[in-house]
Amino acid sequence: MNAEKRGLEFYALAAFFALFVLFLYGPLSTILILSFQGPGGGLTFPMNGVSTRWFENLFEQQAVGDFGGSFARSLALGVMTTLTTVAVSLCAGLAFRRRFLGSTALFYLTVASLVVPSILVSLGIGLAFQVAGVQPTWWTSAFGAHLTWTLPFGVLIMFAVFNRFSPAYEEAARDLGASNWQTFVHVVLPIIAPSLVGVGLFGFTLSYDEFARTLMTAGSFNTLPLEIYGMTTNVTTPVLYALGAVTTLVSFTAIAAALVAVTAMARRRKTLKPL
Amino acid sequence: MTGRLAPYLQAAPLALILGAFLLLPLAAIVAVSFWDYDSVQIYPDFITLNYAETLGSWVTWKTYLNTLKFVAIVWAITTVVGFLVAYFLAFHVRSTTMQMVLFLICTVPFLTSNIIRMISWVPFLGRNGLLNTTLIELGIVPAPLEFLLFSEFAVVLAMAHLYVLFMVTPIFNSLMRIDRALIEAARDAGANGWQTLTNVVIPLAKPGIAIGSIFVVTLVLGDFVTVRFMSGGQSASVGLMIANEISLLQYPAAAANAVAVLVLVLLMVAAMLRIVDIRKEL
Repeated sequence: MNAEKRGLEFYALAAFFALFVLFLYGPLSTILILSFQGPGGGLTFPMNGVSTRWFENLFEQQAVGDFGGSFARSLALGVMTTLTTVAVSLCAGLAFRRRFLGSTALFYLTVASLVVPSILVSLGIGLAFQVAGVQPTWWTSAFGAHLTWTLPFGVLIMFAVFNRFSPAYEEAARDLGASNWQTFVHVVLPIIAPSLVGVGLFGFTLSYDEFARTLMTAGSFNTLPLEIYGMTTNVTTPVLYALGAVTTLVSFTAIAAALVAVTAMARRRKTLKPL
Repeated sequence: MTGRLAPYLQAAPLALILGAFLLLPLAAIVAVSFWDYDSVQIYPDFITLNYAETLGSWVTWKTYLNTLKFVAIVWAITTVVGFLVAYFLAFHVRSTTMQMVLFLICTVPFLTSNIIRMISWVPFLGRNGLLNTTLIELGIVPAPLEFLLFSEFAVVLAMAHLYVLFMVTPIFNSLMRIDRALIEAARDAGANGWQTLTNVVIPLAKPGIAIGSIFVVTLVLGDFVTVRFMSGGQSASVGLMIANEISLLQYPAAAANAVAVLVLVLLMVAAMLRIVDIRKEL
């Protein structure tokens, strides 16, 4: 197939793909542009001058509720969720390499965690806390709610990773006299490290942007997505777009950091010389 | 770690978290769906009134029907678009690096905020939005099109926008696993492009389509933010109905509704799992 000349099918599909990318990024870029709207400008085009007025507005406390606080909470929750997701998914991935009683049930429970609608998880955790007489907070109930969303992704990724993992490396290490722990730390972990970065990235971005599962579980303090959603009903200035631009930038930074980490690992592995 | 016990210790954290934050909450929903309530509180009880009220109302049935309509339309759109995009990436992009770069480009928006992605349609579709302004300037329409934003059209568009990647990824995964020799064999046996597509590629892409469908169907079925925001409160869905009952503190009613949704979701997923063994596809 490779040596052939590109046919009509290629150009038609390439054009379709280009449109698809435009569909994905077009709307996002309009709000990035509009966030630099002039001081007198509104929520739609035309641009009424160019300014950073709305970004400044964002950092003035009174204007848009509790941006700073909710931002800090979302970041903290994101980091907590990321670390827990990586650790728990890795352990579960290792467990699923062997047969154990209840492994099928646990696997389908993980899948269920993915397919049960978020609003149900939110309602359920909210009710469970209420029935138990415990106040929901972002670092208890919302943390758990986020894990029900990030863990299935993490576990399924680890599942895929270990499906393709050759036990030959471990056997070689053990033949050379490595203990179980040494084999894990010096052989298994370096090989799967890039995938763990991927799991971490999913954990962070999914938690940082999570809305529906947080709705009934965050308690008295909002996370950033809840704050943004609240703003959509009562804020009619481009400060909303400025907030959108800032939070999108945070997501992009997380993605870039993950990419840099994975590339660095790949490069390091290439330059490693046998002892 | 001693051999036999190890997998149990390793699986324990996952089991504990999902037990505490998924199974227990779902049990709480089922329990509360039989409880009684008034305007201030909910009371432990065993009544079936919540179900009778929910399932006995024609509004509920209409809402479920409307939700299934969204499911069907969004599923059809994302399947076709998802397949075409995945097909292009898998069969027409020749270098692996380029494949990864283009796939990453598709993935990035999925890792940003859903709410921001929804809001970002407003300046484009609004009454004075980019699309309307352009259409009027070109003389295609005399007045702004009202149905673009805060309508069911907008809901479907936003859902397709938000969820299409859940279809692209598994189909791409399936297509990448197809042995290229099979395509050659089909061609050597005299199949034309269309026949190869319908007799070889699509059947082999079925597991991917099934997994993508599980994602899209369950996401649309439970969605309430997109419906509320993009329809401007003019459309209904089951998720939104539950969210509204929650905001009115009618928890037992919301719970009864939630149990119905749960049964519906589990039935649909079970049906789709008959087509595909997820453990083998990963």
